Amino acid sequence: MNGIHDMGGMHGLGAIQVEKNEPVFHARWEGRVIAMRRVVAAGGKVTLGLREAIESIPAADYLRMSYYERWFTALIEQLVASGLVTRGEVERGKPAKGSVKATPALTAADAATLSFRVAGTMLKVEIAPRFQAGQHVRARNINPAGHTRLPRYARGRAGVIEQDRGVQAFPDTHLAGPVEKAQHVYAVRFTARELWGEAASPRDAVYLDLWEAYLEPA
Amino acid sequence: MNTTRRGFLAAAGAAAGQDMAHADDHKHDHQVVPSDPTLRVKALESLLVEKGLVDRAALDALIDTYEHKVGPRNGARVVARAWTDPAFKERLLANGTAAIAELGYLGEQGADIRVVENTPKIHNVIVCTLCSCYPWPLLGLPPVWYKSAPYRSRTVIDPRGVLREFGTPLADEVEVRVWDSTAEERYFVLPERPEGTEKMTEDALAALVTRDAMIGVAKVARPQAGPGA
Repeated sequence: MNGIHDMGGMHGLGAIQVEKNEPVFHARWEGRVIAMRRVVAAGGKVTLGLREAIESIPAADYLRMSYYERWFTALIEQLVASGLVTRGEVERGKPAKGSVKATPALTAADAATLSFRVAGTMLKVEIAPRFQAGQHVRARNINPAGHTRLPRYARGRAGVIEQDRGVQAFPDTHLAGPVEKAQHVYAVRFTARELWGEAASPRDAVYLDLWEAYLEPA
Repeated sequence: MNTTRRGFLAAAGAAAGQDMAHADDHKHDHQVVPSDPTLRVKALESLLVEKGLVDRAALDALIDTYEHKVGPRNGARVVARAWTDPAFKERLLANGTAAIAELGYLGEQGADIRVVENTPKIHNVIVCTLCSCYPWPLLGLPPVWYKSAPYRSRTVIDPRGVLREFGTPLADEVEVRVWDSTAEERYFVLPERPEGTEKMTEDALAALVTRDAMIGVAKVARPQAGPGA
């Protein structure tokens, strides 16, 4: 969606503020939120993506909230959308009368090793790639209303395939026409001048990892 | 969503024993930002525990990982190995995932890694304009500035300006490559090895490498003169 989260290239969002010796979490609740999100995801019953939930936060709120405030808001939306809790339960802070008690999907022992039990993100599916390294392509001009990983600043721009990054699951939730869910992803090089015009450095470039459905031959 | 979130805010405050007068604030459209996240997160945690969806000890274990087991020292180890072992460096640049697996640093938000090398002619810098993608096992959770609107918006359009603010001015003839992490792989910068480190051990080198150098907003500084340098 053309949301505030898609902010590459925007002006006016303030100065970068670096905190020296920054702690991992600034308050205890931040760690509880990220950990709860992870445990709930491990249950395999979440039907709304975290990022889609974050991107659905109204723009003014998105900008005002801290990172983990957005995660907390999105976690509640995920829980409700997935039928794991009701809004009434969240509002009361108590399970509804007669609600069935589940068994946590993740034990402490599982959780301790979870972050290092590697599940690769590449899909082991044999699909012929449509594009080859060195080929000129153009990012499609699409404006899907749901989650997408094609940032606005690259849409309609011409680039060159730098590398085939393998087959990955297509993340978009709304895209017109039939789309293969497993697709090749390519690192695509866009010159800074193609993206930003003549004032940009003639040497510089931005690379994006783009799914095949985002690209057309140029 | 506004309405429901406001409802939640009000009720979570009540559940946690808050004064309900406070909830009136949330009737205004502009007031939806949590003001008491500690209480409201606690209320949600209690609910999820009571519903059997969450084991508190599992939360503790995950937080321990985020605070103590992932972090830039892992990435620094990879860099120091690459600086001292040319065969490893070659494997690292050819297939970051496989080479990092040798050191045991693959994991969530870092299951597929691409390593890009900074040289005197090419400077790489990493960003995630859409969200906050970052190689967790190698660098830990990202700092606030990396996830912030200013960094995400500016790095793709004005990387040289951003780098200057980080104290990393680049000559015009250097090519800047910005990597916007939009898919599943996570990027990791192999910084240039500074001069004056030729005799240093892998351990001593690892101690020089900073998080910011592995994001690409800084270079690794020459060691101060003294023992080991």
